[in-house]
Amino acid sequence: MNGGDDEDVVVVAASSGDQSPPLQWRFSQVFGERSAGEEVQPVDMISAIEFDHSGDHLATGDRGGRVVLFERSDAKHSSGGRRDLEETDYSVRHPEFCYKTEFQSHDPAFDYLKSLEIEEKINKIRWCQTANGALFLLSTNDKTIKYWKVQDKKIKKICDINADPSGAVGNGIVANGVPEALRLPVVTSHESSPVAKCRRVYPHAHDYHINSISINSDGETFISADDLRINLWNLEISNQSFNIVDVKPEKMEDLSEVITAAEFHPTHCNMLAYSSSKGSIRLIDLRQSALCDSHSKLFEEPDAAGSKSFFTEIIASVSDIKFAKEGRYLLSRDYMTLKLWDINMDSGPVSTFQVHEYLKPKLCDLYENDSIFDKFECCISGNGLRAATGSYSNLFRVFGVSPGSTETATLEASRNPMRRHVPVPSRPSKLGSILGRAGGSESTAGVDGNSSNALDYTTKLLHLAWHPNENLIACAAGNSLYMYCA
Amino acid sequence: MAMVDEPLYPIALLIDELKNDDIQLRLNSIRRLSTIARALGEERTRKELIPFLSENSDDDDEVLLAMAEELGVFIPFVGGIEHAHVLLPPLESLCTVEETSVREKAVDSLCKIGSQMKESDLVDSFVPLVKRLAAGEWFAARVSACGLFHVAYQGCTDVLKTELRSSYGQLCQDDMPMVRRAAASNLGKFATTVESTFLNAEIMTMFDGLTKDEQDSVRLLAVEGCAALGKLLEPQECVARILPVIVNFSQDKSWRVRYMVANQLYELCEAVGPDCTKTDLVPAYVRLLRDNEAEVRIAAAGKVTKFCQLLNPELAIQHILPCVKELSSDSSQHVRSALASVIMGMAPILGKDSTIEHLLPIFLSLLKDEFPDVRLNIISKLDQVNQVIGIDLLSQSLLPAIVELAEDRHWRVRLAIIEYVPLLASQLGIGFFDDKLGALCMQWMQDKVYSIREAAANNLKRLAEEFGSEWAMQHIVPQVLDMVNNPHYLHRMMALRAISLMAPVMGSEITCSKFLPVVVEASKDRVPNIKFNVAKLLQSLIPIVDQSVVDKTIRQCLVDLSEDPDVDVRYFANQALRSIDAAAVAQS
Repeated sequence: MNGGDDEDVVVVAASSGDQSPPLQWRFSQVFGERSAGEEVQPVDMISAIEFDHSGDHLATGDRGGRVVLFERSDAKHSSGGRRDLEETDYSVRHPEFCYKTEFQSHDPAFDYLKSLEIEEKINKIRWCQTANGALFLLSTNDKTIKYWKVQDKKIKKICDINADPSGAVGNGIVANGVPEALRLPVVTSHESSPVAKCRRVYPHAHDYHINSISINSDGETFISADDLRINLWNLEISNQSFNIVDVKPEKMEDLSEVITAAEFHPTHCNMLAYSSSKGSIRLIDLRQSALCDSHSKLFEEPDAAGSKSFFTEIIASVSDIKFAKEGRYLLSRDYMTLKLWDINMDSGPVSTFQVHEYLKPKLCDLYENDSIFDKFECCISGNGLRAATGSYSNLFRVFGVSPGSTETATLEASRNPMRRHVPVPSRPSKLGSILGRAGGSESTAGVDGNSSNALDYTTKLLHLAWHPNENLIACAAGNSLYMYCA
Repeated sequence: MAMVDEPLYPIALLIDELKNDDIQLRLNSIRRLSTIARALGEERTRKELIPFLSENSDDDDEVLLAMAEELGVFIPFVGGIEHAHVLLPPLESLCTVEETSVREKAVDSLCKIGSQMKESDLVDSFVPLVKRLAAGEWFAARVSACGLFHVAYQGCTDVLKTELRSSYGQLCQDDMPMVRRAAASNLGKFATTVESTFLNAEIMTMFDGLTKDEQDSVRLLAVEGCAALGKLLEPQECVARILPVIVNFSQDKSWRVRYMVANQLYELCEAVGPDCTKTDLVPAYVRLLRDNEAEVRIAAAGKVTKFCQLLNPELAIQHILPCVKELSSDSSQHVRSALASVIMGMAPILGKDSTIEHLLPIFLSLLKDEFPDVRLNIISKLDQVNQVIGIDLLSQSLLPAIVELAEDRHWRVRLAIIEYVPLLASQLGIGFFDDKLGALCMQWMQDKVYSIREAAANNLKRLAEEFGSEWAMQHIVPQVLDMVNNPHYLHRMMALRAISLMAPVMGSEITCSKFLPVVVEASKDRVPNIKFNVAKLLQSLIPIVDQSVVDKTIRQCLVDLSEDPDVDVRYFANQALRSIDAAAVAQS
C-alpha cells in the first residue's frame, strides 16, 4: 500500500485499452418528474445523491430532511421474464432502479444557546458496510450526523396468546380468565417491508456547518468536516469524537480560508484529502500525528501571473472532491472547472476541463445574484475513465479524463437529454475544453457566449453521482431525479 | 409438564408479553425468562421456549442483549449439562446481529456454556457452530466466531483441531477489517489453548501476518497481543519472534501504533526478560519518551514509574532520568501533566539520595508549572514524596504553589486543591497548617462559586475530624460563628451549612453551647431562605443533642417558624416537627 507507486510520477494510463469510443448517453429513468406548470416546493429539492458500493442502491436526501432509497430492479428478476424478452434487442442491459422506501432523517431544530435555526436539509449521505442483509447509511444536516439501518422487516401477527382479551372459547381459557395450560404465542409472518431505524446520533461536535462526511476503509471510523474543523468518529461511539484538523485562526478576523470538502482515501486508512475555499487540496496522513494541522501534500494550481481579478479567488474555491476508485486520482470541482489530480504529482492538475467557459464574461452578474457561490458536485466513473459535473439550465457535462481522450458531452436533465445540443454549440468546445489550459478559451468563448442568453441561473444541477460499475449517472434537477445511461 | 406450585396467570402474562408491542414489557419478560422456564418445565423449555426464542433475533437491541445474557445461565432450566446444546441455536443467531454489544454478550454466554459442555457434545454441536459462524456470509458472524475458538479447540480431535486452526488462519486474512480486528484481539486467548508445536508455527505465522496488516486498526490490536503471546512462548522463542516485532512497532509509521506500544511496553518487558529489556526495550522506550507525537509521549510518560520498577536504579538513572528531565519541560502541558501524576512513584525506586539529587529539581519545576493540572497532580501524590524526602525540604516551594492554586481563576482547580487540603494537613502537621493554610480555608467559605463554598464547608468538617474538636474550637468555630452575621445572606447560609456538617463531629456539648444559640438567632433572619435552612438544620441536630434540649429549645424555635408567613419556611419547620415526634415515638 505504500510501495513503489509513489515514485512513478509520469502519468500513464492504467491499460492501453482505455480509448473506448465516446459514450452515447440516453435517458433511462426519472423519479419525481415535475409536471408542466407544477411549482417545486423548496422542501422537495434534492440536496444529496449517493450510490452504495455495490451500485444496487441509490439514496437521495432533500431539503425537507427526507432520505429516499432506490433499489436496482433489473438484476433481480432476470430470468426469462417478459420484459427481458422485450429487451433482448439491446446488446447491453442497463441498470434500472425502483423506489424502495423513504424516511424522515432530520427535522428542523433550534439551537437555543445560539438562537439559530438548524435546517433539516440533508447535506450528505454516505453508505456504510452492509451487514446481515440490512443497509446502513450515514446522513447529515448542518449539525448532526445520524446512522441509519434499513432492513426488510416482516410484518408479524401474533396469535394464540394465553390471556385472550376477547375471551374467545376454545382458546384454552376457562371462564375466570385463568389459562388451563401455558402456551407460547405463535408468530406468523406475512409480507415484509423495509423499515428504517436510527441506530446512532452523533451530535454537538460542530460549531460550523457540516459540509462532508466520509467513511474510512477500516469500516469502523468516519470523519465529518465543517468550515473550520474535521472530526474523527468511531461508528459505534456517538458521544465522543477527535478533532484531527483545525484551521480556525486565533482571531476570526485573520480567517482567510475555510474547508469546503473532505474525503478519505478509498483504500489507505491513514490518508484523507480536504479542499479549501482558496482552491487548494491538502492530503494528510493520520499516522503522522494526532492533530494533522500540517499536510503531507498540497495540491494547488500554479498561479497564472497577471490574470487576477476580483473574482479569481471566489471562483477558485473547491466545491467538491472525489477520489477515483483506486485512490490514485482525485477529482475536484471549482466554479468554472473540473480538475483531475494525480496524488503522486503535486505540481499541478493532470488535466483541467472547462465546465462553462461562456460564463466568464458574466461573473459580475453571477456575483450579484450570489450564483457564484453555488457548490457544484462532481463524480467519476467506476473505471476512472470519465467524470461528470453539473452546470446551469439543468445541464451537466461528461468528460473523458483518461490521457488523450477528447470525449465530452453536454446533457440536459430532462427526458430528452440531447434536446439542447443543436442550438447550443457545445461540440466545437470539445476540443477547446480538452486542450484546456492552453488556447482553448479563445475558440470556445465566442461560440458558447451566444447560447448563454438562454441560461437559467435558478435551475442548476448541483448534485449528481456515477454508478460504481456501470455507465449510469443519477442527477438531481430540482425535486426530480434523472438517470442517464450509456 | 407445568408445575402447579406457581400461579399460572402471572406466568401466562409474562409469556404473552414476550411479544408485546411495548419494549419495556418484553424486556421485563426476558429478564424473567428463568421464571417462565421453571413454570414450563425442562422439557417444554427445551422443545418450545428455546426454539421460540431462536426466532426472536430481530427484536430491539436491548431485548436481544438481555436475552443473550439470560441464556448464558440457562443450563439448569433445560435439564442440565447433557441438554446444554439446545441453548446454542438462539445464541448462534444472536452472534450474527450487527449490534456489537449483543454479539459480545452472546459470545460470552456461548463461552460460558461451551466450557461446561462434555467433550463429545462440544464436538457434536459447539465445534460445528463455530465453523458455521466462521464461514458466515456476513462479517458479523465471522467476528463472533473469533471469540469462540478457544473454547471449541479444547477437547477436539486432532483432525478438528487442524481444521479449526486453518479456519482461524483464514479469519486473520479476511477481506473485512472488522474480522481481522476480532481475530487479532482474540489471538492471544486462542493461543493459550493451542499446543506449543503449533504455537511456534501456525499461530506465530498468523501473528506475523496481522502485524503487517495494512489497516492501522488491526496492527494496533496485534500490539496488544504481543504481551499475551510472549508469555506463552519459551523465553528464547519470545526473544527471537516477539522482540523484533515490538521493536519494529515502536518505530511504526503510525503514531497510534507507537502509542499502543508505549502503553504496553512494561508488560512486554516481563515477557522478554531482564536481559533483552536492557539491550532492546530500554532504547525503544527512550525513543518513545522522545517521540514526535505528544500523544505517544503522554502514554510513555504515564508509564515511566512502572517501567523503572522493572529496571535497576542505575539503568533508570542512566537512561530514563534524562528523558524525564526533558519531559518535565515538554511543550505539551498534557505530557507534563501525565509525568506529574506518576513521577512521585519514582522516588522509592531511586532512593533518597538520587531522589534529592535528580528528582527534586524536576519535582520543583513541575510544582511551578504554569498549567494548574500539572501542579495539582504533584500535590495529589504528596504523601509519596513526603515519605522519601520529608516535608521540610518541600514546604518552601510547596506553599506558594498551593496558595496560587487556591486562588486559581478556574473554580475546578480551586475545587481540586480543596479536596487535597485534609491530605496536606495530615502531612504537614498542625503547626505548619495553622500558619499558612487556615486563612485559605476560611477564604474559600466566601468563594463566588457555590461548589467551592460547599467543598469548603466539607473541608472544615474533615479538618475537625483530622485535628480534633479542641483544635476546631480554637481555629474554626469562632470564624464560622462570625460569618452568621455576614451582611450577605449566602454567606450566612454557608455558616449554617458548616455548622450542620460540623455538629456531628463536635459533639453534643459544643453543639448545645456554641452552635444552637447562633442557630436560634438565625431563625429570626429576614431572609426566608435562611429560615427554612434553619429548620432543616434543626432537624439534623435532633439526633445529636439531648431530648431535653430538643423539647426546650429546638421545638419552640420550630413552632415559631411553622407560623412564618413564607410557605417554604412553614413546610420545612413542620417537617422537622414531625421528625421530632417520630423520634419520640421510636424511643418510647
